Amino acid sequence: MIVAEHVTKRFGRAVAVRDAGLNVRAGEALALWGSNGAGKTTLIRCLLGVTRFQGRATIGGKSVKRHGRAARALVGYVPQELAFHDDVRMGSAMAFFAALRRVDPARAREVLAEVGLTGHERKRVRDLSGGMKQRLALAIALLSDPPVIVLDEPTSNLDAAGRGEVVQTLQRLKEAGKTLVFASHRPDEVISLADTVIVLERGVVQRVTTPLELWPTEKPVQVVRLYLSKASEAEAAQTLRDAGHAVHLNGHGLCVAVPRDRKAEPISVLARRHIEVRNIEVMDDVRVEEVAP
Amino acid sequence: MSAQAISVALPRPSIPPTLLGGTWSFARREFRDAMSSRWFVLYTVAFTVLAVGVSFLSLSGSGSHGFAGFGRTAAGLLNLIMLVVPLMALTAGAGAIAGERERGTLMYLLAQPVSRSQILIGKYVGLAVALTCSLCAGFGVSAGVLAWRAGGVGVRSFVVLVGLTILLALAMLSVGVLISVLSRRSSVAVGISLFVWLALVFLSDLGLMAGSLIFKLRVQEIFALAALNPLQSFKMGVIVSMNASLDVLGPVGAYASHVLGDAMPWVLAGSILVWVTLPLTAAMVIFARRKSI
Repeated sequence: MIVAEHVTKRFGRAVAVRDAGLNVRAGEALALWGSNGAGKTTLIRCLLGVTRFQGRATIGGKSVKRHGRAARALVGYVPQELAFHDDVRMGSAMAFFAALRRVDPARAREVLAEVGLTGHERKRVRDLSGGMKQRLALAIALLSDPPVIVLDEPTSNLDAAGRGEVVQTLQRLKEAGKTLVFASHRPDEVISLADTVIVLERGVVQRVTTPLELWPTEKPVQVVRLYLSKASEAEAAQTLRDAGHAVHLNGHGLCVAVPRDRKAEPISVLARRHIEVRNIEVMDDVRVEEVAP
Repeated sequence: MSAQAISVALPRPSIPPTLLGGTWSFARREFRDAMSSRWFVLYTVAFTVLAVGVSFLSLSGSGSHGFAGFGRTAAGLLNLIMLVVPLMALTAGAGAIAGERERGTLMYLLAQPVSRSQILIGKYVGLAVALTCSLCAGFGVSAGVLAWRAGGVGVRSFVVLVGLTILLALAMLSVGVLISVLSRRSSVAVGISLFVWLALVFLSDLGLMAGSLIFKLRVQEIFALAALNPLQSFKMGVIVSMNASLDVLGPVGAYASHVLGDAMPWVLAGSILVWVTLPLTAAMVIFARRKSI
């Protein structure tokens, strides 16, 4: 469904994405995983054909460079945070995008109901909560019922409840056969949704893997995020790996997959090496059995 | 990905909007946004009040009715138009793309199945219609005052004045949109457009006077340089349309009347039309070829 080959994007002398490639089958869910500045957003922009790049990318066989409009007609895009005119009412925004996508206005009401926003049509975009904005972005993305949904860190600005709602919606979309491509900082989301994970670092694809390979465990796990001083992050990651933990540095602390009954274990390991943990965040439940082959 | 597989995953056809349909959607949205913008409403009210004020005072001051009264009114309106209309159009155009870029909405719009040209032309058309409505409101009330005090005299000249004013507004809007495409922030775009306004309204006259003295320019060179400024073309066009001789402009006007004769209004309107098309074409090319958003 989505094929990219030798995608390179430069900003002046800086290379944001270097020679990246991917192949997403119809119905597959692909996660882009990496730290801030790893190139996830830039790669998504290249895939959508909204920024110029070297290389080749197609969606449903249509080149995003030569047939960008036709390629993007197959995609619903959900940004990190909905960016639309604040004064516009939700109903007007939906009507505008329905016209752009040549969709019956009745369909707008249908998708608003699907994402639980019925009755809020008169609200202005500026008056919506972060979660509602994200659900509106999802509703706009689903207007034309496109086969591909591309999401750029869709839950990064949401609280736990908002994240749960979005992830549940995405799970339903995946079950309905949609192809998902999403960037995420959250291991729980990646494990819950992704079939394939592309690990990006400094614009380069490091690995094409699966969530289970990235966080290998047979038991139900939770991911804990440890916040440490920047200087000690690399040493802490290595220490935890040496102790047998699956660890990922992603620019928002150290993500460690742990058995649910031993969440404090990484802190003990680090304490033995006199590495101070400043804060800890336990991510949402991850049910590995759901994604196990 | 085969066509069959896409159709399975795509219950509703995802068709990109037609070129005209997409452009029209953006034009309608831009028109609505402009009409609800405080600045735009303020400009419209200011232009209407000033136009009516100038018409009323010119006719009262003349102490006469008929064409002589209209001539004074048109002369008064001419100076008002040359100050206010370029300012309105330049600043409206300056916010068109730079504002979207700064708010982060441009990326979201580009991720839809539309081309950059559709966005740009749609915005231009929407703003052009809004400007035309705004000017027509001012001229309409002013025409009422004229009809009351001067009767139906000078209707043709008044229509030409309105037509040339709209053409001037479109030219300045094109320049504003070009500035907007080239600027990353709307404040920068508005700053540049204010400088351009200052240059066209004041500095070009002074520069022409200084240049003709220093370089001992010939009349044909002075006329050519004056006609390059859309505001000067507009001024000469309005004077010609009032059946007045360009002799009032001195040797340069006499030369232009002698050489161009009846073609004069067309040459001057053509000069303004070039200012409509060239900057807009340049804006489209630059916007379409921009490597980043």
